[in-house]
Amino acid sequence: MRRSLPTAAVAVAMASALLVSGCASKGDSGGGGGGSTSGSSASSSDLSIQPVVQIDESGKEVPAADASNAADPAGDGKAKCASTTTIAMAGALTGPNAALGINILDGAKVAVDAHNKANADCQVQLKGYDTEGDPQKATQVAPTIVANKNVIGLLGPAFSGETAAVGDIFHQANLLSLTASATNVDLTKNGWTNFFRGLANDGVQGPAVAHYLVDTKKFTKVCVIQDDSDYGVGLAKAVTSALGSAADKDCAASVKTGDKDFSATVQIVKDAGADAVFYAGYYAEASPFVSQLRSSGVDATFVSADGTNDPEFVKQAGSSSKDALLSCPCGPAPDQFATDYKSTNDGRTPGVYSVEGYDLATIMLKGIDSGITDRAKLVDYVKNYSGDGLARHYQWSSTGELSSALIWIYQVK
Amino acid sequence: MTTTTNTPASTSGRPYHGVGDRVRLWWDAQARPTQWLIGVPFIVFIAFLPVLRIPVLTTVGTDFGSVMAQFGMIALVAIGLNVVVGQAGLLDLGYVGFYAIGAYTVALLTSPDSPWNLTDQWLSQDWAWLFCVPIAIAITAISGLILGSPTLRLRGDYLAIVTLGFGEIVRLLADNLTTITGGGQGLKRVAYPRLGESTEHPDGVFSAGNSAPPWNSGLWWFWVSIVLIVIVLLVVGNLERSRVGRAWVAIREDEDAAEIMGVPTFKFKLWAFVIGAGIGGLSGALYAGQVQFVVPTNFNVVNSMFFLCAVVLGGQGNKLGVILGAFVIVYLPNFFLGRTDLFGISIDGNTIASYKYLFFGLALIILMIFRPQGLLPARQKLLAYSRQLYQAARRAVLAGEGRTTPVPADGTVDGRGPAATKDGGER
Amino acid sequence: MSTLLLSDVLVSAHAALPAHPLLLADGVIDFNTSRLFSSFWSLTVDGLTYGAIYALIAVGYTLVYGVLRLINFAHSEIFMLGMFGQYAVLWGLGFTPQGDVYTQGTVLTVLYLLIAMIGGMAVSGGAAVGLERVAYRPLRKRGAPSLTFLITAIGASFVLQEFVHFVLPKLTGGNFGGTTAQQPIRLVQEVTVFSFGGADVSNVDIVIVIAALALAFLVDRFVNATKFGRGIRAVAQDPVTATLMGVSRERVIMQTFLLGGVLAGAAAMLYSLKIPNGIIYSGGFILGIKAFAAAVLGGIGNLRGALLGGLLLGVMELYGQALFGTEWRDVVAFVILVLVLLFRPTGILGESLGRARA
Repeated sequence: MRRSLPTAAVAVAMASALLVSGCASKGDSGGGGGGSTSGSSASSSDLSIQPVVQIDESGKEVPAADASNAADPAGDGKAKCASTTTIAMAGALTGPNAALGINILDGAKVAVDAHNKANADCQVQLKGYDTEGDPQKATQVAPTIVANKNVIGLLGPAFSGETAAVGDIFHQANLLSLTASATNVDLTKNGWTNFFRGLANDGVQGPAVAHYLVDTKKFTKVCVIQDDSDYGVGLAKAVTSALGSAADKDCAASVKTGDKDFSATVQIVKDAGADAVFYAGYYAEASPFVSQLRSSGVDATFVSADGTNDPEFVKQAGSSSKDALLSCPCGPAPDQFATDYKSTNDGRTPGVYSVEGYDLATIMLKGIDSGITDRAKLVDYVKNYSGDGLARHYQWSSTGELSSALIWIYQVK
Repeated sequence: MTTTTNTPASTSGRPYHGVGDRVRLWWDAQARPTQWLIGVPFIVFIAFLPVLRIPVLTTVGTDFGSVMAQFGMIALVAIGLNVVVGQAGLLDLGYVGFYAIGAYTVALLTSPDSPWNLTDQWLSQDWAWLFCVPIAIAITAISGLILGSPTLRLRGDYLAIVTLGFGEIVRLLADNLTTITGGGQGLKRVAYPRLGESTEHPDGVFSAGNSAPPWNSGLWWFWVSIVLIVIVLLVVGNLERSRVGRAWVAIREDEDAAEIMGVPTFKFKLWAFVIGAGIGGLSGALYAGQVQFVVPTNFNVVNSMFFLCAVVLGGQGNKLGVILGAFVIVYLPNFFLGRTDLFGISIDGNTIASYKYLFFGLALIILMIFRPQGLLPARQKLLAYSRQLYQAARRAVLAGEGRTTPVPADGTVDGRGPAATKDGGER
Repeated sequence: MSTLLLSDVLVSAHAALPAHPLLLADGVIDFNTSRLFSSFWSLTVDGLTYGAIYALIAVGYTLVYGVLRLINFAHSEIFMLGMFGQYAVLWGLGFTPQGDVYTQGTVLTVLYLLIAMIGGMAVSGGAAVGLERVAYRPLRKRGAPSLTFLITAIGASFVLQEFVHFVLPKLTGGNFGGTTAQQPIRLVQEVTVFSFGGADVSNVDIVIVIAALALAFLVDRFVNATKFGRGIRAVAQDPVTATLMGVSRERVIMQTFLLGGVLAGAAAMLYSLKIPNGIIYSGGFILGIKAFAAAVLGGIGNLRGALLGGLLLGVMELYGQALFGTEWRDVVAFVILVLVLLFRPTGILGESLGRARA
């Protein structure tokens, strides 16, 4: 082992050099106050995303729906249907964007399990189709869904991009496409009579948050930062225009999905001295971004939307995420649902859009229980549906948007 | 490998190695019409694979027709990249940039989201896609010229890195120039050929809405790509057998020697680059037409590596080899996707499919160590008067099976991948 | 405030092309010089901090290139493994991920950081040597062309990334690796130590820059003043003669990979200090390309060039972001890379690992 000796020596030498430099700087910082010891006493391990208020498009508070009237997937227990009856779910189930798709599928699983347990003569299958969130992959997956004659209705697609790419496929097959998470405004403008959105779109979320920030929070200067995703760009546009004069053009910036180093963006926000920062993008970038904002001494309120509304955001940003405001078209999970969800899904906790997955699957199950056996009738059933779910009241306009689309504001505390 | 490359085949006693070469020798000895007679039914068989729906072979989780359509596009990309990497020996890590330029050219000219949309002014929606394909090829070829003329003076590794930078710059420009390209929101509703419109298919057979297998849009796009592949193969094959092809081989094997022997190396490298770029642009145009939605994320550097993987896996320098490589990288992940059992053995296909980059990475490492020439290696062969020689060689083989008759100048040199001898032996 | 729009400059061209009113759409690229000047020093401080990290990674590229004329494309993944290595060491020391910063006094913190750094160095160094053994040595034995090495490196890059992405979480019960970033373990609270010219200099910035400079100095001494360094230089300059003179080429190559890996491990720990929530399987790739660009900028094969290139690139990226907008950072880096390779492929200081004085 002769050769390893010198290299070990080098390593030790490097290490001691670092020790010296490290000590020196620590000495400096000790004088500056604080040093390596954090001043915050509240442990961030208790932090979680809590619902605050439900608002409408103009930012006004709307009382939460009463979950006790929510439709029950179990029904009366007397439903009869073919044992091959299948509900399909399409979305990213693998890959970097899989969390949303899995949340929806797991939520739907709770509904289907409850239904199948109560209705011995109607065992509905739930089948997940993985699109990886990739439009091209989705164009390959969609035909197999359509070709599966047992599929009576589809929960999905999950993302806006893939929905835009494959919406026509489902429309021509007249297969119900009930999305629990695709929020791009333009999707309902394609004339797809089979497409219904179970939540508010970005055109509602953007203005709702913006008005809430201006009217309720009284912020006068907001920096809107966007990532380069379809979602981020669209949301930032909606928020910026609704914020009006409160949106400061000089500190608007855009970052890239996958970025970890935001020093230039942080510097811009810092120079602007804004009241709040709105980040339109996902938690993977939001967590380092908010951490770097805080360590640079920017204490503007951090505001973001459903892309960031994920427990992972709090885990990764830690105490920096404290008091961050997160909007979401998704409703909070009631306690009973959270318990059922955990027991159905290997102890996972409900995430963003889990409740929507459950509610929308319930609507389809109710349709099946009413004796519907073909795709076209299920589309009609949903078109005329009106009823409460765990998250909200579901009733659709002719274009496939919810007739009353509302947004929830959450806060990390 | 360098030790064996210098050994002529004749000393090993046989002018061919294994079944592959026997088939190859037989094929090369056939007359052109005979080759067509055998080739055309084979291509037709491949074209109807998605219709025949052979069990096991047909993909489960994804539509077979669409998978084959993607295979067609990647095969085109691989043929184009093969001209650059396999034939001229220039490592291009930014090839996806050309694919992107091709796709964006079509999208910019035909998408209603684009400021340069022509379809609502004078260009008919029905023929817009077809009209834009030559434009896309021309623009990508020009971009290849623009990139190539300063960079092709660099060699080897440096060229690889410059092209990598170019590929990323193209993607980032598409991402950042939001007023033109729509940035991350992309360009939607790209034009596609409006053919075969009927009550059943209101937007024609090429529309994404035509989805009922087997006669769906994927199949139609696959057919279009087969036609294009055949055309491109004819063009590239003729180039290969011409002075240009000989110059490429010379450059690949030893650039300095080629230069000294009077080959204008820069000019021919540029040719390879421009032709490769044009084919990449063609494939990009196909992509834009099929998916009808173009976003920058589809053109990241990982895809460049993926394309390179197809070329290396299949066999650099061998046109049919790289097509096989494209088939492997597109088909294999889809083969496993959604499959729960294979010949009675239960497997988790989705997990296997999601590991695709792991497997491809391993395949690259292992191939480079044990079989750097790829699955279907390129064989050096005489480029002129070849058929007569192959016939002679074959006669000799048939007459003297197993005899150690040295076949004169048959040129089949074992184990020689493209670029194998270039600065070999240094390390 | 003089925000200058490119379209304002080109307004006459705009008018000359009435057929295409959107040809020069408004504000395609904003050009904001006031922002660059107003926060010049802040950008410089941040740029030097990230540049120091680039520099440490760049040394790995430069050493391997100097000795083998090989771009070790998988070096970025060696760095990524180092991030996981130092994280795992902290985990092993009993730190569990939590949102708050651990508070245990300066001396202990420095000690733990050093242990973490050595852990990162060990993982990265080991991985680099292992990569050399498994992937590159068989090729070298056969005398394969340089393109083969590059393709192998790309393959190795895929394998290492996907290993951390899919296989590592399976092996460690989901504690390490996977699709999302590691939940951070924070040992140091970043606080401002002093300010100048509007720039806040934090303790983390100081540690990173000083540690990087110290390591770079040590490596420079190691290569230029020790017997082992002489071996490295000899092989870089003339492998055949060096072998004839009794230098074991294989051992030198191994040492080179080890040294590069060790520095990448150190860089990984420093990077995690600055960005604790950046430990993810895909986190090395873009940093690696930047570091490579830095090595080329300074003159690949030249140790001091790597340091200079790293610092310059770090600073220029931030100036570029202030000038053109934050979304142009990577474009700035790539354009610099391409321009340097086109006009001065030997970089600022030239390729000189082999030519350095003994």
